[in-house]
Amino acid sequence: MRYAETGFNLEIDLSRGSIEKVQTDPRETALYLGGQGMAAKILFERVPAGTDPFSPDNLLIFSTGLLHGTPAPAANRTVVNTFSPQTNLMSHSLFGGFFGPELKYAGYDRIIIRGKAPDLVYLCIHNDKVEIRDAKHLRGKGSTETGDLLKKELKDQKVQVAAIGLAGENRVYMASIEHNHASAARGVGVIMGDKRLKAIAVRGTREVNIAKPAEMFQVCQDIHQKMAASNDCGDWMATDEDDSFHHNHFAWGNARTRIKNYWSDELQERWTRWKYEHMDRQTGCYNCPKKCRNVINWPGKPRFGYKCFGKDTYHMAAFLELDFSYEILGVAQEYGVDSYATPQVIAFALELLEAGILTDKDFPGMPADSRGRFFYLLEKIVRREGIGDILANSVSHAARLIGNGAEAFDHNTTKKFEQLPIKLGKLNPAYFLMIATGEKMSITQIEGSFPQDPLPTPEERKAFVDKWEAVPDEKFKKYFMEWVKRSDISDERTCEIVDWNEAMHYIDDSIGTCGFVSSFRGQFGGGVPYHMNNIPQIIALATGMEMDKARLWKTFQRIRTLVRAVNVKRGLRRKDERPPEDHWAVRDEKYEQELLSKYYAFKGWNEQGIPTRQTLELLDLDYVADELEEDGILSADETGSAAQPVAEPAKI
Amino acid sequence: MALPSKKIVKEIKVDIEKCTGCRACEMACSAFHATPRYSTINPAKSRIRIVADEIRDEYVPLRAADYTPSECTGRHVYLINGKEYSECSFCGASCPSRDYFVEPDSGLPLKCDMCESVPPLAEPMCVQVCGTDALTYVEREEDREQKVQPKRGQIEVGLEYLVQQYGIDAVAESLNELARVKKA
Repeated sequence: MRYAETGFNLEIDLSRGSIEKVQTDPRETALYLGGQGMAAKILFERVPAGTDPFSPDNLLIFSTGLLHGTPAPAANRTVVNTFSPQTNLMSHSLFGGFFGPELKYAGYDRIIIRGKAPDLVYLCIHNDKVEIRDAKHLRGKGSTETGDLLKKELKDQKVQVAAIGLAGENRVYMASIEHNHASAARGVGVIMGDKRLKAIAVRGTREVNIAKPAEMFQVCQDIHQKMAASNDCGDWMATDEDDSFHHNHFAWGNARTRIKNYWSDELQERWTRWKYEHMDRQTGCYNCPKKCRNVINWPGKPRFGYKCFGKDTYHMAAFLELDFSYEILGVAQEYGVDSYATPQVIAFALELLEAGILTDKDFPGMPADSRGRFFYLLEKIVRREGIGDILANSVSHAARLIGNGAEAFDHNTTKKFEQLPIKLGKLNPAYFLMIATGEKMSITQIEGSFPQDPLPTPEERKAFVDKWEAVPDEKFKKYFMEWVKRSDISDERTCEIVDWNEAMHYIDDSIGTCGFVSSFRGQFGGGVPYHMNNIPQIIALATGMEMDKARLWKTFQRIRTLVRAVNVKRGLRRKDERPPEDHWAVRDEKYEQELLSKYYAFKGWNEQGIPTRQTLELLDLDYVADELEEDGILSADETGSAAQPVAEPAKI
Repeated sequence: MALPSKKIVKEIKVDIEKCTGCRACEMACSAFHATPRYSTINPAKSRIRIVADEIRDEYVPLRAADYTPSECTGRHVYLINGKEYSECSFCGASCPSRDYFVEPDSGLPLKCDMCESVPPLAEPMCVQVCGTDALTYVEREEDREQKVQPKRGQIEVGLEYLVQQYGIDAVAESLNELARVKKA
């Protein structure tokens, strides 16, 4: 009997039209948990190094987290992984809602999709009944519209649908996968579209078994109640109407301009009115008491949901106000585009026009005002019409295709991926390491456990650490107590802090818990419901596996190192690990490279950022070492290993 | 023996404006009614379902009521605050027109029992886990409708029929046995 997981993968080959239900090995669960961890293993083993992301051999994997479907609250983030044509690396994407748990109730831990359908299809899953169905009638339909149509077609309102819009169908690199009002960003919709897969509809009515039922339920109810009552978790931006932080500090346009005193009381009052006059309600995801998503019904536009910084990206790129974001977000949601990357692509194009690198001839019929231009370019991009066909390949690729100096305007990407529009003064060492070495393509996917800034007085610091349950080791309390100036912290401590930040994301993305109650949220208050000290117990109660903090930490190291190996196999090297050159005004190349070397050594990686054999063997990844050696990526005499606590892998 | 004149009515109040559609209630209900308790999770077996339509902003927590073998002949459509709700969104029947409140494997109907258990819960499980207070629990005392006592002749008519069917000896024996059990 398998607990917490179902023990089955759904293997779909869209070229051959084959569907298989394949039993999995529980020993692999002990090593990689689920979610992104298992997906990395599958991608490493099954996709050869030189595979073009647009090849039928590329895989698109929808994974549940290990705790999906159990009573663990906020375990609902579905993980989508594939290889991205934008970065040529492993895409890392997550979406909230109900899809993952429903998939588990249908009897599967993940869907592994290879091949390409001859024309648009959708995948229909109802427990053991799985069909690849014609989706030509859904061509061009909006993403949530598709979900709605499939519920009607299948006569089942309880079906959970993940779908692409027009952008995915047209293989736009910024295409997202949408599920109700949740969105999977960072480059996965393009591959779903390339595989001609319009949607996946899933309905499950089966049990998920719990190893230690009464204890698990009680522990989870305690966390659930704590979450409901706490202000230290969930998205406070859903209700905090003071959004001066993003508007005064983040950069507008093509990640270019800071407006330091933008925010005002008058503005806040007006924007708050816009919001509450048009907000239908705040909604949550499966089995989570937080209300992170604001659902807005803007006149004449599709109803949409937003979260976090997502409400700011469009109007800040366009130098407009919140009403513009409200106007365009529903449209963008139906087309299915990443709301972080897309506004930057549009602002980049408009900068090129201003600079004379593109001309009016490239934008026939474009309105003169910013509002009109954004809508115009969104249409061009999702349809790949005219200049939109180039812009649809993302800033980095478009810059190279356009040439003629356009490359200089690609100033806010790392690993060819659009970063948050942040331009600051002095280098922050921890943020340097996180942006440089992160393989989830966004700072939001690595930062989060250790506070961003020190607290001013010893008394405040003391009060903070006294209630700080989340620290995996007491040493972090000492580091925080002794931390006074932001950049004044030793490199060794910086490495450990970055590692802890990263650990929580890798664990969340393998067990399926949401960063807003775990990995992302501790930096803003410390009192997160999930942390290294209680997650091991929850995994143990749900699955029956032996699990403790040391084992979980080693599991993080294993998964993290495996993801690195997956990308190293595809060419990722030290030279790619650079934050945007203008991220900080004051840079110190020599110091940065020294710090990077120290961090690589700390992780047990060589000077190129490649995990050494010793590190790989310590983490039960001998097969990875063998393959990297065979491919000539790793030489057998590499030394150095991770300096972190190690333990036995979890036992079934 | 006449029933007490007062009874306790257990009510779950639903504020549909507060529901976020998280379905924690479904999870907890299916866990509580699993055998052994909490051993499996399956919202399809829950005796409370959220009738949700994210696109139209409809969220209605719905409690399983009685089984009915037939579909209704027609339905009201309610217009509330500008939104249309089918009567089905408020109807807890386990009926052939949808798969709510039907045990997925056996097809048997599921009915809310207000989590009656030994020892009793302070509140039904769905209410306990509702983090947004969309569900609240109220116990209310209500007058019981007093049934009119049957007249002597009415009982005899019934007995005559049973005697015709089974004979006087069988009926007398059954009555004596019943009296012994009830009076014990």
